[in-house]
Amino acid sequence: MSEISEEQVAHLANLARIALTPQEISSLTTELDQIVDSIAKVQQVATPDVPATSHPVPLSNVFRPDVIGETLTIEQALRNAPEHDDNRFRVSAILGEEQ
Amino acid sequence: MAKDALMDYDKALELFEPVLGFEVHVELNTKTKMFSHAPNDFGSDANTNVTPVCLGLPGALPVVNEQAVRYSISLGLALGCSIAPSSRFARKNYFYPDLAKNYQISQYDEPIAFGGSVDVELPNGRQVTVPIERAHMEEDAGKLTHVGGSTGRIQGAEYSLVDYNRAGVPLVEIVTDIIYGAESDAPELAKAYVATIRDIVVSLGISDARMERGNLRCDANISLRPRTPEGQPSAPLGTRTETKNVNSLRSVERAIRYEIQRQAAILADGGTITQETRHWHEDTGRTSAGRPKSDADDYRYFPEPDLLPVQPSAELIEELRAALPEPPAERRRRLKAEWGFTDLEFQDVVNGGLLVEITETVAAGATPAAARKWWTGEISRIANVNGVEASSLVSPENVAAVAALVEAGSLNDKLARQVLEGVIAGEGTPQEVVDARGLAVVSDDGALIAAIDEALASQPDVLAKIRDGKVQAAGAVIGAVMKAMRGQADAARVRELVLERAAG
Repeated sequence: MSEISEEQVAHLANLARIALTPQEISSLTTELDQIVDSIAKVQQVATPDVPATSHPVPLSNVFRPDVIGETLTIEQALRNAPEHDDNRFRVSAILGEEQ
Repeated sequence: MAKDALMDYDKALELFEPVLGFEVHVELNTKTKMFSHAPNDFGSDANTNVTPVCLGLPGALPVVNEQAVRYSISLGLALGCSIAPSSRFARKNYFYPDLAKNYQISQYDEPIAFGGSVDVELPNGRQVTVPIERAHMEEDAGKLTHVGGSTGRIQGAEYSLVDYNRAGVPLVEIVTDIIYGAESDAPELAKAYVATIRDIVVSLGISDARMERGNLRCDANISLRPRTPEGQPSAPLGTRTETKNVNSLRSVERAIRYEIQRQAAILADGGTITQETRHWHEDTGRTSAGRPKSDADDYRYFPEPDLLPVQPSAELIEELRAALPEPPAERRRRLKAEWGFTDLEFQDVVNGGLLVEITETVAAGATPAAARKWWTGEISRIANVNGVEASSLVSPENVAAVAALVEAGSLNDKLARQVLEGVIAGEGTPQEVVDARGLAVVSDDGALIAAIDEALASQPDVLAKIRDGKVQAAGAVIGAVMKAMRGQADAARVRELVLERAAG
């Protein structure tokens, strides 16, 4: 049973700005489909008594006081950046997508 | 940018009913960011207020700022919302460099507050209840500067520079339900709604609410639907546009008016409205097409696995409810009475969006009458000329300082206006402007008397009239003295002295 189509994978790749070849789309479609199938097995053991959950730990309200802590130095902040211009990260312009 | 055809506003309202909706983003003024202990501070050097969480570095874990949650609950309560006993965060996935993680942490299916309303008063006295669908917590994005384009906008840019100082600043997004029935008041309602939200967050003390700094931002949704004859069912809702980049109360009003006129012209011409983002341009007073609603809006929300649910106790909610300031409508009634303003005077203040400014100016020591006079007068005038918000020009403390100088007799009205102008031009505090420009009134009676004696001597006819009891003749002498003093004298004091000297 195929849940994932090549169109969906191509759409996701486009959303994520990842260029995929037709071969990659095809193999990823197969792989993702297998992953979805595996995860779907959970549904076989889920019963109406088991509430949906997004977290494995039964905790809530884990907060941090509003107190300033240590920040990165400029050098640390920019260390992994492929390109920067003075203090700022430099990225290629993404046309037509001003948020 | 092609000019859009616009229909006459009254004609547009005859044919169509405007339907509104607003999303207002409020930046909270917590000391630190929403999910990281980096400072939440405007105006720092680029990328100095960042931690691994702000940069989305591998392994970095967000932790919720407790104060931001308390502020969000207070805001929800002030908006008349219910507070969710359990709410959770979600990832809103999109790939754009204003957030390094490739997603924004927001709330989706379980917002912290929902189902409220805000009473808004329009300039014509009409009261409108704006329904609030929800208010949810999220994080702000970083700031991009586009380089290489001729206009500094993204079109034509060669590359962009990113500053993540703002990334992760706590935001509350307030979303209205669909607003019907605004009718021809739609632009005024839009402005009054945003002004009311600003009043609420300022009175709660949870945001600096400076629109020109982006502390408070409004996205205005508007659609038109054709009117149907009485007794027939309403037409279905029209396609809406979402106008962004409206960064002042005045722009909110103008942008809504513009979109009504633009959409009406298209629809009346048999065209269709494209569902899209529109950008407001303050300089031209127009909107232009942004990106269409498309694949890019496929945000693939899912519950944020790094954060646990927020479950405020009933005690906390009641504690925050008890600490709420009075609702805006009640506050307006109280202030009007306290300040002793007439209906007209008070309406001027409300319409100018100046309640907060006058409250703060009075708190800084000015009389309500003086605060009103300067804010609705000279400062609003300068703001209008320059197309900016009065609140962005000068601080309430400085206005109070100018009023104090007038009160003390050190400045007259004319000089006070020059001092304000200097303060607005960035020349310093009122006292610094007075010192630098040498603007204080001449309070040395000796200098005044010398000028008065000279003026009286040169106008013997006037002197004779005054001695005959024709006191109004003194005006000519007062005028001459004020001129000699280059306006830097207290006219009332000059008048007293003129009469004294003439009586000789």
